[in-house]
Amino acid sequence: MFGYIVHRLFVMIPTLLVISALVFIIIQLPPGDYLTTMINELRAQGEAGQDKIAFLRKEYGLDQPMVVQYLTWVGLWPTEVNGEYVFNGMLQGYFGYSFAEDKPVADVIGERMFLTFVLNFFTILFIYIVAFPIGVYSAVRQYSVGDYGLTFIGYLGLATPNFLLALILLYVAKSQFGVDVGGLMDEEYIGQPWSIGKAVSVLEHLIVPVIVIGTSGTAAMIRRLRANLLDELHKQYVITAKAKGLPPGKALRKYPLRMSLNPFIADIGNLIPDVVSGSAIVSVVLGLPTTGPMLLNSLINQDIYLAGSFLMFVAFLTVVGMLVSDLALALLDPRIRLGAEASK
Amino acid sequence: MDADREKNRVGENRADAPDLLSIRDLRISFHLPEGTIQAVKGINFRIPPGKTVALVGESGSGKSVVSQAIMGILPKTAKIDGGKIDFCDEAALAAGAPVDIAKLNRNSANMRKIRGGRISIIFQEPMTSLSPLHTVGDQIIEALELHRSERGKASEKLAQDMLAMVGFPDPERALKTYPFELSGGLRQRAMIAMALVCRPALLIADEPTTALDVTIQAQILKLIRDLQEELGMAVLIITHDLGVVANVADEIVVMYHGEIMEAGTKEDIFNNPQHPYLKALLKAVPRFDMEPGERLVPIREIKSKTGHLLKMRDAVPIVSDYDAPILKVEGLTKTYTIKKGGFLGAKKRNQVRAVDHVSFEIPRGKCLGLVGESGCGKTTLSKILMRALSPDEGTVTFHDGGVDLDVLSLSRDALIPFRRKMQFIFQDPFSSLNPRMTVFDIITEPLVIHKVGDRTEQREMAAELMELVGLDVRHLNRYPHSFSGGQRQRIGIARALALKPELLICDEPVSALDVSIQAQILNLLKDLQAKLGLSYLFISHNLAVVDYIADDIAVMCRGRLVEHAPRELLFRNPMHPYTKGLLAAVPEPSLDKPLDFAHLMNEKASIPDQWPAPFTDLGDGQNRMVDMGNGHFVRVQPEAASGALVA
Repeated sequence: MFGYIVHRLFVMIPTLLVISALVFIIIQLPPGDYLTTMINELRAQGEAGQDKIAFLRKEYGLDQPMVVQYLTWVGLWPTEVNGEYVFNGMLQGYFGYSFAEDKPVADVIGERMFLTFVLNFFTILFIYIVAFPIGVYSAVRQYSVGDYGLTFIGYLGLATPNFLLALILLYVAKSQFGVDVGGLMDEEYIGQPWSIGKAVSVLEHLIVPVIVIGTSGTAAMIRRLRANLLDELHKQYVITAKAKGLPPGKALRKYPLRMSLNPFIADIGNLIPDVVSGSAIVSVVLGLPTTGPMLLNSLINQDIYLAGSFLMFVAFLTVVGMLVSDLALALLDPRIRLGAEASK
Repeated sequence: MDADREKNRVGENRADAPDLLSIRDLRISFHLPEGTIQAVKGINFRIPPGKTVALVGESGSGKSVVSQAIMGILPKTAKIDGGKIDFCDEAALAAGAPVDIAKLNRNSANMRKIRGGRISIIFQEPMTSLSPLHTVGDQIIEALELHRSERGKASEKLAQDMLAMVGFPDPERALKTYPFELSGGLRQRAMIAMALVCRPALLIADEPTTALDVTIQAQILKLIRDLQEELGMAVLIITHDLGVVANVADEIVVMYHGEIMEAGTKEDIFNNPQHPYLKALLKAVPRFDMEPGERLVPIREIKSKTGHLLKMRDAVPIVSDYDAPILKVEGLTKTYTIKKGGFLGAKKRNQVRAVDHVSFEIPRGKCLGLVGESGCGKTTLSKILMRALSPDEGTVTFHDGGVDLDVLSLSRDALIPFRRKMQFIFQDPFSSLNPRMTVFDIITEPLVIHKVGDRTEQREMAAELMELVGLDVRHLNRYPHSFSGGQRQRIGIARALALKPELLICDEPVSALDVSIQAQILNLLKDLQAKLGLSYLFISHNLAVVDYIADDIAVMCRGRLVEHAPRELLFRNPMHPYTKGLLAAVPEPSLDKPLDFAHLMNEKASIPDQWPAPFTDLGDGQNRMVDMGNGHFVRVQPEAASGALVA
């Protein structure tokens, strides 16, 4: 097992390198760069001398060949700082400089990343808490009125676009209750240090976005859990459990439910990156200070280091998430833990 | 008539001891969206305490529904419409009256106390009837703690004792193993341990040995018998295998379409069968003592017709040398390396010879039967012939008219025309047909792939093939799911015949089928062989079936051929200890030759280095196949090969 984890960790290195190269190439693909936009502005103001443009290019390192820019970003190419050559890239923990925000990337992302985590953590919690009992109910009472009703609601949840739901809720909240649901906290707390009042305000503001972002996820989860569980419910070992005299509830929880959990654990790997990049459109509509809208902007502006670091971060989380779900699966399912060793 | 006879008998016995279970006029129906189906139509039978009753019937006869009703685990769509299931064990006697299970709510606490505690069940599939995520110990102790007061160490001890009783070599370790780490036979033992750990008064065994090899089957039957004596329980064994019935049952109940056709003691049923259905069933089972040329009589015979397309075999080669074998296999060897992952990547390598210097020939127009237990390498062998696997050594030569084809060195392009000459019939009629293709598409797919004929000719060919295997031509547009297992297997045969092959490799073609259907398919294969001049390689673990269909038989064990002889010699005069062991384990559907449970083949019979001299095989490749006369070959040690052993 230990050897397996080490092996997996080593495999991650080339994977991430390839991803970083792809990310960088894709971001660079559109013609021009961030400076093109800026220079155009300067030109329009009539003050753009070629000298200044050249100066800026050199300042930002955009005069270098693409390979060099890439390697510098990764931290495999030295840059000149005060006459000394030092490595200063992602490997050293420096994610580059955001042109648009005029700040290091890490500073730009900081608080947004935290709020995004909070929001998505509650969303996932909401999805699991709501979807689980409903999914189990509709599988156990297949084709009952309850199953049909919940399935219908589930389809509605799947079919409604998130941003539309967000707009409707915004409108209803404003017109009926006079509540402003935009943002993630009351205006007075923005930019303030954390306090109990701020935390409470954040929690209040979380309710609407969590419901909006969570509906489709919940609906999808209900469908999957129902299907997984239905597959397991008619397996022979469930009948064996009943034939032992187990009460129906216990027989359900101990055997088929446990078996139907595997796909969910396997899903963790996909969920983690969603936590960071997902729900961009809803965040734009609701004006949430999360990372989604920022990623969108950085891609539009060609703010390469901000966008690149973002995408790298998502990729890193995906790779780590996959590892986590594989390990969790091995932990929970003896067939994977022991079977893999036996059949190798 | 039969019911009366059965009732009388029940009446006679009433005096001594009350029946453990007595079923009166039980009626069960399934309420499905398509309508109501009467699955059990008013049956009566009883199980005396401590005795074994066999419930016999084909799939769909309702025998499993009866067992589910007794256990109270009928599916939701099923309903008991009437009748009584009176269960009267010691606990019920003490309470003064039998319990009517038919009246109990399936999920009530009372029913749950009976289920698993006083009546328990074992199922056919040991692979799927245990949860793969929980240890054997967990699952056994769970059953124990549901019904008994022991907890913790005490229940662990009881579970361990039970595992020892069912024959686990290391019961303490067995508690901690997962079902998938065990072989099929051991899983069924674990299942039996789980069913018996609460010492039930009645054990229901629903096809307990159908999925197992003959030798394992004999061991499990012996185990059930021994435990029955030791624990004094009654057994209701549900099976379609009359050989099993003849060996374990005291009384027999024969079911057909939800009704009891005949019931009585073992002697009544086997020596004096009354009902035509029972007589037919007995005739459909292949036996070792069949007359030469005697045919099985299936309950419904297939009417096979040959049309002009199949008769005009343009593929029939101008065989220059008709005596040359159609397929010749020499020194075929396939080794697998098993890596055992150690801690920190240190790995041990184990070499397993799945196929070990196998050589045989299939004469043109004949059938070679290949017999062996699961894991003996017969499927690996068939995959090599198919070119799905590459062997390490050896040659496969296909005699194609005047030319000898070296099958293993055929290039990709040369393989395509060769595939037309050799086709396959698979074991599982359910998974070997694509459920999204119509029968027409399935049967004509080989023709399309090999670009044989135009659309009209293909249509004509498909119709002719359907008639050949006795199916209705009008059903060509149906999908596989609307056919029964036997019909699907016939579709598989039609598909294999579409290219007019010369050699068919049949990998366990009847092992998933009922006896009567099995007889149908075997007769069909025999007829087709005669009509179309086919040659077969027939792989099976069922010795009686191989004996019925094959001309020559080869016995395989641990990747090696151990005995190879014409069929009339092999089973009449087996020489190799493994063949003898296999034969001794086959239960025959007659009372004259009961299984000798005391001298069952133990594990040793399948371990080559434990065979007695001169058969002892140390796996060093020294042993040779030696002719004992009349083409009877046996694998012996080189010293014995000189001729000392002709006995």
